Amino acid sequence: MTAVQKTSDEAEPRELRTVVPERSPVTSEQERIRIGMSLDQRITAPGAMAASVALGLLLGPVLGLISPGWVPLVSFVWFLGLFVVLVSLYENRTTVRDRFWAALLWSAGGVVVTVLFMVIGFVLLRGWSVFSHLSWHGWNHNFFTTDMGITGPLDPITKGGILHALVGTLEQIGIALFLTVPLGIATAVFLNEIGGRYARIVRTVVEAMTALPSVVAGLFIYGAVILLVTRQFNGFAASLAITVLMLPIMIRSADVVMRLVPGNLREAGLALGAGQWSVVRRVVLPTARSGLMTAIILATAHGIGETAPVLLTAGVTSNLNFNPFNGPQISLPLAALEFVKSPEPVMRARGFATAATLLLLVLVLFLLARLLGGQQAGQLTERQRRRRAARSEHDLERVEANYLAISQLLAETASPSTAAPAGPSRYLSSGESS
Amino acid sequence: MTTLTSDLDPGDFGEPRALTTRYSLTDRIFRGTSRSAGTFVLLVMVLVGGFLTAHAVRAISSVGVVKFVTTQEWSPETNHFGIAAVLTFTVLIAMVALTVAVPLSLGGALFITEIAPPRLKKIMTSVIDLMAAVPSVVYGLWGLSYLQNHVVGLSYWISTYFGWIPLFKVDGAEPGNPLPNTALYTSSTFIAGLIVGMMIIPIQTSMMVESFSRAPQGEREGAYALGATRWGVIRSVVLPFGKGGIIGGVMLGLGRALGETIAIYLIISPVFSVSFHVLQNGSNSVAAMIALRYGEANSFAMSALMAAGLALFLLTMAINFTASMIISRSRSGAESEV
Repeated sequence: MTAVQKTSDEAEPRELRTVVPERSPVTSEQERIRIGMSLDQRITAPGAMAASVALGLLLGPVLGLISPGWVPLVSFVWFLGLFVVLVSLYENRTTVRDRFWAALLWSAGGVVVTVLFMVIGFVLLRGWSVFSHLSWHGWNHNFFTTDMGITGPLDPITKGGILHALVGTLEQIGIALFLTVPLGIATAVFLNEIGGRYARIVRTVVEAMTALPSVVAGLFIYGAVILLVTRQFNGFAASLAITVLMLPIMIRSADVVMRLVPGNLREAGLALGAGQWSVVRRVVLPTARSGLMTAIILATAHGIGETAPVLLTAGVTSNLNFNPFNGPQISLPLAALEFVKSPEPVMRARGFATAATLLLLVLVLFLLARLLGGQQAGQLTERQRRRRAARSEHDLERVEANYLAISQLLAETASPSTAAPAGPSRYLSSGESS
Repeated sequence: MTTLTSDLDPGDFGEPRALTTRYSLTDRIFRGTSRSAGTFVLLVMVLVGGFLTAHAVRAISSVGVVKFVTTQEWSPETNHFGIAAVLTFTVLIAMVALTVAVPLSLGGALFITEIAPPRLKKIMTSVIDLMAAVPSVVYGLWGLSYLQNHVVGLSYWISTYFGWIPLFKVDGAEPGNPLPNTALYTSSTFIAGLIVGMMIIPIQTSMMVESFSRAPQGEREGAYALGATRWGVIRSVVLPFGKGGIIGGVMLGLGRALGETIAIYLIISPVFSVSFHVLQNGSNSVAAMIALRYGEANSFAMSALMAAGLALFLLTMAINFTASMIISRSRSGAESEV
């Protein structure tokens, strides 16, 4: 009663607003110096590059002095030499050395990118030749809708497909996710929210486990599950092996994400009287949600491509098997491996198409992770911010309704002299303006 | 000047109140659950080692540890097997991989942290992450049907001109022959090492990027103020600061390289006698041997494979723990870990 009267008497109602603090990433200090470049410096590198490519082409394809394999190497060495000479025309030795190393570092970055795109491009191209082959024979989905059960090694590409491997991969990764996600997030919560000496031991072990050789995980499940329990290859054992490999990746990235949740949010929750579990459920996990999604998706992308553990536990079959608990169940990477081991060109083509399918799956997952996880913990997208503002306005209405009801009640019961409080309308205006 | 003295007895402030936290039932359940999740993960790890040891005992005890480590052949059927050859090849492949991967990832990491403009920096980070997510079977396929054909020429060239170094010697090579027998140079340690090198670039790069980006801005600016060029800053501030990260990253990469299976399995043709000729056809690795042999194995042969797996497990774990210790002791890692 007194509290309400106090608020109505208060001269200056403070602006009530809760703002998630903006946090810059812990690691990157603001950069205050940026080295610029003059026009002369900017032109030197492209010029040297053009000259060296021209020289490589001249010596290789045109004059035939060197074999095509040497062209990139000769061009590169010539580029470095030419670049150094050009720079040293105007600059002193220290600058020349700086420019030389910068060129080398650029090339290192370039080589890494080139290699990655060569790998992806090559496999997708080889796989594409199979996919497009299918459409020449009329619209024929068989590659994705049939298994290899009745397909002989010499049958054309229009017969047989990888349905059995697709089903196997989906079931195995599904079971693995079902086990990994709760266990992984619970462990990450343990490492972050409870902590202590024991948690440090667990964290060290998890970190060591991220480098567990995949074949060793397969051997472990083979020894622990197949030899002791099931006595046959099956999909469930494969998903257990994938779980053993996915868990540490999942825990590590979830741990990193949760560490970025601002401590004052947690403390605000505790100060409002929430218990530890409420804070985790209502503050920490929602704040870290996008990061956790990224962690899950990236772990899936890793788990889906695991081959060695599946080889040791799932067994090889060319038949469709929906039951992961009984009988061998092949998955996409394993099917690609088996196809490629065959000497038949058609089989090898199927192998490349299978690998391309797998790679596309991984790429889609990766893009999804990037789209979802482009933001830091606690920072919201425009849509999320709007949704949260709407929810907060809704809360405000409820609070105001309660306030009005209570004050009316008080006005009726206690003292008729108390005027209707002016507070709510001011609250409303401040709420709408924000 | 007067000195103010407190009337209060200092003893009144002496003992802080003992704070006790009493958790509600929900919180106790929550703490118990998440603690048991952590325990479970720890248990899985212990179980991996435990099961491997339990299964390996039979094989190792039948030949003895010394013979197991020093024998080159692998024929459990005749009770004559050991990991000398496979382990040597595993280490050789890892060394080739490191030779390729360390300069590239060091350069890539410096490029990302020091040189790339902000937008390119983001793209490069994504590229490195994507590289880590590409399945190993895809790398293996690429190595088998693309890289191998293109690298054989390089192998031939190296062995022709540097064949006098034992490492690059190829038995049966005919340097004068205008049509060299390229089959001699396929499926070699060198090619397997190249592919594995590509696969460990991402882990090494991301470790190094993490430690380089922690180099204090003040020290960088200090170096610039003293007239250093960008390369000068890299050499005198960033590299010394990130030394722990470099060593740790390289060792993590080494651990990955030792454990890699499928790419090596696809490329090599297995041999079981130690040879240091990295360019020559025929190689092996512990992991690839396990993947090749598990199918035909009876229970004793399986136990022998478990023993090989145990050796690999212990080796990678030792390397990993050393790596994480180096990283956390170094200056750049000091703030990163709790």
